[in-house]
Amino acid sequence: MTLPDGSVRSVYDHVDKWLRGAAADRLDLKRREADTIFRRLGITFSVYTEGGDPERLIPFDIIPRVFGAEEWARLSQGAIQRVKGINAFIRDIYHDQEILRAGVVPSEQVLKNDQFRPEMRGIDVPRDIYAHIVGIDMVRTGENEFYVLEDNARTPSGVAYMLENREVMMRLFPELFAAQRIAPVDTYPTELLRTLSSVAPPGASNPTIAVLTPGIFNSAYFEHAFLAEGMGVELVEGQDLFVDDRTVYMRTPAGPKRVDVLYRRIDDSFLDPQAFRPDSVLGVPGLMSAYRAGNINVANAVGTGVSDDKSIYTYMPEIIRFYLGEEPILNNVPTWSCRNDDDCKYVLDHLDELVVKEVHGSGGYGMLIGPTATKEQRDEFAKRIKATPHVYIAQPTLALSTCPTFVESGVAPRHVDLRPFVLSGDQVRMVPGGLTRVALPEGSLVVNSSQGGGTKDTWVLEG
Amino acid sequence: MLSRTADNLYWMGRYIERSENNARILDVAHRMSLLPSLSGEHRTEWQSAITISGGEAHFAEHYGTPNETNAVYYMALDRDNSSSIYSCLRAARENCRAIRHAVPTEVWEAVNTTWFEIRDMTQNRLLSRGAQQFYDWVKERSSLFRGVTVGTMLQDDSFHFSRLGTFLERGDNTARILDVKFHILLPMGEQVGGALDYYQWTALLRSVSALRNYRRVFGSEVVPSRVAQLLILMEAMPRSLHHCQAEIVTHLDALGVAYGKRHECHRMAGEAHARLRFGKIEHIFDVGLHEYLTDYVERNANLGVQIARDFLLTREPVAAATPAQGQTPGMQTQTMGGMTQTQSG
Repeated sequence: MTLPDGSVRSVYDHVDKWLRGAAADRLDLKRREADTIFRRLGITFSVYTEGGDPERLIPFDIIPRVFGAEEWARLSQGAIQRVKGINAFIRDIYHDQEILRAGVVPSEQVLKNDQFRPEMRGIDVPRDIYAHIVGIDMVRTGENEFYVLEDNARTPSGVAYMLENREVMMRLFPELFAAQRIAPVDTYPTELLRTLSSVAPPGASNPTIAVLTPGIFNSAYFEHAFLAEGMGVELVEGQDLFVDDRTVYMRTPAGPKRVDVLYRRIDDSFLDPQAFRPDSVLGVPGLMSAYRAGNINVANAVGTGVSDDKSIYTYMPEIIRFYLGEEPILNNVPTWSCRNDDDCKYVLDHLDELVVKEVHGSGGYGMLIGPTATKEQRDEFAKRIKATPHVYIAQPTLALSTCPTFVESGVAPRHVDLRPFVLSGDQVRMVPGGLTRVALPEGSLVVNSSQGGGTKDTWVLEG
Repeated sequence: MLSRTADNLYWMGRYIERSENNARILDVAHRMSLLPSLSGEHRTEWQSAITISGGEAHFAEHYGTPNETNAVYYMALDRDNSSSIYSCLRAARENCRAIRHAVPTEVWEAVNTTWFEIRDMTQNRLLSRGAQQFYDWVKERSSLFRGVTVGTMLQDDSFHFSRLGTFLERGDNTARILDVKFHILLPMGEQVGGALDYYQWTALLRSVSALRNYRRVFGSEVVPSRVAQLLILMEAMPRSLHHCQAEIVTHLDALGVAYGKRHECHRMAGEAHARLRFGKIEHIFDVGLHEYLTDYVERNANLGVQIARDFLLTREPVAAATPAQGQTPGMQTQTMGGMTQTQSG
């Protein structure tokens, strides 16, 4: 929130004034009110492999994170540019593979990647869009300086929190919204519906859209239900769908109803037991045959994981230059791939400065934060890197920006990141906002919600 | 609406009704056990409660001889008994949870709150609070559910499925209570209208909230054939078979209009309704009450299966080109809405 000289950045003027004027007990009261609202609305998050309350709340911080209009414009241009690059890359990979032939990305990085789906070779998808919904995780390190940590081009989650956090903030602090112009985010479900409708198979004039969820026991089930309701479409499970004559139908009491676009929140490998994992009970037998026949569109497309893998991440600036002929607006964090001997040596020598992650890891599991780890932890991790170097990458720790956060000891700075959501269909759309995640323990850099991270409302001030 | 949603609504209605019926069965057993008995054990009261609920074999295997303690535990709190009040309220809640976005908040809150209260109930707390109070509580929660359902739900197809569940379950239960109690109170060979224990008949009427209604219709003298008439043929009596069947027909007809399609289940429900509407109690006793009620329970169960089939509530294969129609009977009995757990990857 502050500049290096300690003064408050102008976009935070109102928030700063409000924080100074509010007594700590009033803030605490508001925080508890927020918890009550979340619980009543049923906004919960379940964490795998953990005891305790299976329907627990993600900690919500009542102090918003604020972006200025100009800053946001640059950030969103960068995000949109990146997503255009991702879509061009995926299309190419499943067609002519020009980027591989040009030697910009090594072939084996793509073709031997277990997220590469040979089943997608030669399939044409509506409007050549594969990643319809992308969440880009980024951090701010200085004025107009953003680094992308990770692209999420499979089934990114968290958008429901963006919407509900805003809802709760407007209920708790209407005076803050009256005092300044904060761009609304509640059009997201409508924008999502427009995006999905625009990529329906040709011939579906009034397309039927459905959200496919693994079911009530999935950690993001609440979000699946939330989005289906927000769009006014059915929330289906695999068992609700069936394929007849390469066409997908859902079971309704009025009879079978044809589905044109499936917004699926199930991983590729569970989508269709006839095409992928035969033991999947979550998917729809025959779905891929209908997809190949062009009778249904699936968002995101099958095989997008090849673009958001941590080993492909390194090439993203080159990918943008290759397809768009533009300089990337957002920075990539320098990344060392332990599969390269030189890189691996550098990583092992600088473990105390680096963050080491698994290439395919997610959820903040299996990572080492060098600067805060103990010597034993670093030694232990070094052994793991030596044993299987190809599964690790490393990045420097960035001077992440902080945002005031209400914690036990009062209001204190905590590290934050941001996941905005980019929608691609007949046009590329981006709602002015995103999911701000905050690392609650002092000094922590891990914002993941399965590791005790919290969330904040994200404000974009209108210019 | 999805068929799975319809299935959840239907089973939510059924399970709430079943929990209430369990409370009513226990209530009548409790009342009867307060009377002096020759053996001093009241074994038949508790045995019949178990029999009505259909859990005889399971009970015998796990508990042996029924008495008040184990019968109440089995029917009210036993987690391993899928028809106990506890299990019914849990299943109702799971079904409701799956369709929270499709029902008014009041419906969810009524079902969810009920679950949280029964979840923490123990045998000790149940008995120290008084079994009677507990049964009243279950009935009140069921009444609340019906109230918010009728009072707040949009009366579209979702409402009709929930109500179908309520009345299929209730008809089944009334028939079972009547069958078992008549068998106990009027053993083989005894004349209808012969010697009977006034208190026992009134306890039976009370268990289906029909004592005052009986008196208003027939006066104070309790005659078994009139008890049967009230609970089988009188449409105005809300727990009678005739009333339940009329409601089933009403809601199935409404679905037929909404979807512009009638199915085999419509014919079956209409036939059963006609038998009750034009039936005479003398003829029923000529056939034999037990035979009549057994037949009813079976037809009612078949109707449930046919409804599930006609509205695609089961997971049987469907050909899109030929919309659902009657298929080979006996392929599948019932789906357990909301209870089929999915695994996440």
